[in-house]
Amino acid sequence: MAATDVDVFSSEEKRSLSLGGHVGFDSLPDQLVSKSVTQGFCFNILCVGETGIGKSTLMNTLFNTTFENEEASHYQNGVYLRPRTYDLQESNVHLKLTIVDTVGFGDQINKEESYKPIVDYIDTQFENYLQEELKIKRSLFNYHDTRIHICLYFIAPTGHSLKSLDLVTMKKLDSKVNIIPIIAKADTISKSELHKFKIKIMSELVSNGVQIYQFPTDDEAVSEINSSMNAHLPFAVVGSVEEVKVGNKTVRARQYPWGVVQVENESHCDFVKLREMLIRVNMEDLREQTHARHYELYRRCKLEEMGFKDTDPDSQPFSLQETYEAKRKEFLSDLQRKEEEMRQMFVNKVKETESELKEKERELHDKFEQLKRMHQEEKRKVEEKRRDLEEEMNAFNRRKMAAETLSLSQPLKKDKDKKNRSEKNENQSGMSISNSKVMMAKANVEPLNCQSWWQAIQCCTCLVHNDAWKQNLF
Amino acid sequence: MTTAARYKSRVFKSEDSEDKQYVGFATLPNQVHRKSVKKGFDFTLMVAGESGLGKSTLVNSLFLTDLYKDRKLLNAEERINQTVEITKHTVDIEEKGVKLKLTIVDTPGFGDAVNNNECWKPITDYIDQQFEQYFRDESGLNRKNILDNRVHCCLYFIPPFGHGLRPVDVEFMKALHEKVNIIPLVAKADCLTPNEIKKLKDRVRDEIERFGIKVYQFPECDSDEDEEFKQMDKELKECTPFAVIGSNTVVEARGQRVRGRLYPWGIVEVENQSHCDFVKLRNMLIRSHMHDLKDVTCDVHYENYRAHCIQEMTSKLAQDNRIDSPIPILPLPTPDAETERLIKMKDEELKRMQEMLEKMQQQMHEKDTC
Repeated sequence: MAATDVDVFSSEEKRSLSLGGHVGFDSLPDQLVSKSVTQGFCFNILCVGETGIGKSTLMNTLFNTTFENEEASHYQNGVYLRPRTYDLQESNVHLKLTIVDTVGFGDQINKEESYKPIVDYIDTQFENYLQEELKIKRSLFNYHDTRIHICLYFIAPTGHSLKSLDLVTMKKLDSKVNIIPIIAKADTISKSELHKFKIKIMSELVSNGVQIYQFPTDDEAVSEINSSMNAHLPFAVVGSVEEVKVGNKTVRARQYPWGVVQVENESHCDFVKLREMLIRVNMEDLREQTHARHYELYRRCKLEEMGFKDTDPDSQPFSLQETYEAKRKEFLSDLQRKEEEMRQMFVNKVKETESELKEKERELHDKFEQLKRMHQEEKRKVEEKRRDLEEEMNAFNRRKMAAETLSLSQPLKKDKDKKNRSEKNENQSGMSISNSKVMMAKANVEPLNCQSWWQAIQCCTCLVHNDAWKQNLF
Repeated sequence: MTTAARYKSRVFKSEDSEDKQYVGFATLPNQVHRKSVKKGFDFTLMVAGESGLGKSTLVNSLFLTDLYKDRKLLNAEERINQTVEITKHTVDIEEKGVKLKLTIVDTPGFGDAVNNNECWKPITDYIDQQFEQYFRDESGLNRKNILDNRVHCCLYFIPPFGHGLRPVDVEFMKALHEKVNIIPLVAKADCLTPNEIKKLKDRVRDEIERFGIKVYQFPECDSDEDEEFKQMDKELKECTPFAVIGSNTVVEARGQRVRGRLYPWGIVEVENQSHCDFVKLRNMLIRSHMHDLKDVTCDVHYENYRAHCIQEMTSKLAQDNRIDSPIPILPLPTPDAETERLIKMKDEELKRMQEMLEKMQQQMHEKDTC
């Protein structure tokens, strides 16, 4: 109820009246019961303990059925949780039971991170419920509640005290879930040792501030049994699904060469106590505690994180709506700001890139110019060389012509010897003297035409070969 | 039959002393027996395993004494960051004139912390230290009074609550199997029915083989031992790892006072062979194989350590001549068969190549002269 409503009524005195006859609203609990029976119940158990300590066997024994389970290996790299949901029915009551197993717990050499997956799982279930609660269109009555109602912590029966891992893990879990510690495989501890062991465990839990689940003692119907059970914590249990004949009955038990440990015998172990407390008496209380205490704590922390408060600095109650609005505005303005920033960044980047590109372009241009200039230079040089070469050729031709005119007036004796020695050239015998004369004249006239000169030379050589010069024809 | 009884049966009878053919060295076992009784024996036993597995109780049951008086056990809170310690208890016990100096090396804190990385390191260091000390003493000048503190046997306790070996068990045994004789035991076996014990033993044996852990192997029987002994030996071998139960208390069962544990559903007798393997362990450890454990430690583990040590030293010295070693250097170890063979092969190859070279040179010469 909101604070304002209570204020209105507190000024009025509450009067109790006596009834004149039977009205009939004492059937309210029955109505509630029939409604909840038709709805069905749901219960979630988390079993935390080392591999092989007997978690699956105990579940089978508690619910008198066989849940499928493979044996886990010791060599997992880390801890992971394995939830399994079953539908059970007894009389006309439906129970949706979820059993969550911790696989790989206690097996690693370094167990410092072992508790994390468990805490994360519990928080996730709370988170899912919170999300459902905060929805606009929600269906809580239909919601499959996966929050863990009870955590059974299996303690190894060493007989000395808790293990360090147990202490660390329970400390992390005690504010998030109802913990009931149980001593597993209790048929390895004798009665006297068990008493000492239980005392030691409870004192260690108390001295380290671990809050385990206490059975409620405020309801007179169950307070007596609950308070006596509280003194028996932690329960020393033995689980078994095998049946052994004892006397003339067949009971669930473990058969040893030295005797038979009966699961349901109260003097052998505390299994019956556990079953009573867990299922027959306090199941509903466990669910309530989970919702009213652990879940509310989680919700409060989470919402405070998000920035919600119950009262503002002026001690006026805040309405959730206003807070929502304020948050939303904040969020939107945040978004806008971020968008602006990003845009600004983008513009800056574009400018930068542009200027870079411009630089590069300029550089390229410069290079191009430079190369072009070099090219021009080279070309010019080549031209010069060519002209030089041509000049030389001219000079050479002129000298040659001069030499020729000189040689035309005197026969050349040297050529004869040369001719006798080598027989290389083929005679162009077809060539007439007049032809060669014409050629030579032509060559004289066209000083720069190499081709004509070549032909002229060829004519000369053929003339020489034909011994034409002997006849002194030219 | 105990070893003592077997040897006594070979003692020469007084009627034969008249036989002139008789030399008399059949009395040697007797002389050995006499001398050893005078000298006394010593044995170092290490127990390792997590807290709460019954190690101290078992040791008390084995040697029927109370070694662990006034022991202070740590709380869970104190154990979160606990490091492994090594504690030694030495007692002198005597039985029928035979003196035994028994040293129990305990490893409190093993596997107890939340982070157990390399928690076996202090233990391996301790064992190496003992080897090193013996090595120095042995190589010293005055060797009259060498104290043998080497660990002869390590009993490793495997928790029965799981499905087999856990990673920390595997790592521990692998770190130690070449330094000490490991005997794995299944602790607190009174939480397992006979079927479960069998399954667990098979599982553990498989995993030991799979991970290549070399636990202590019983020596093979000689063929001239009697059938009873051979049968016992076979049973013993099939029973490993032993599933043991220990007890500090004496209870009344079947009209007798026995060591046992009293439960509402029955009494577990520690020395009842159908209840657990305690008797087998005791016979094996104390009555028949104690000396063999010592021999294996001396001949195998210690020799490995020593060879390894010397090789390391000589290789280091080869690099740095100025190191002054406290132990006199013995000549380099002779190369073993493998390297010898390789050396021979290489020599032959070299010879062949040389011959070929000569031939080729000859050929070239001939060609030139042609």
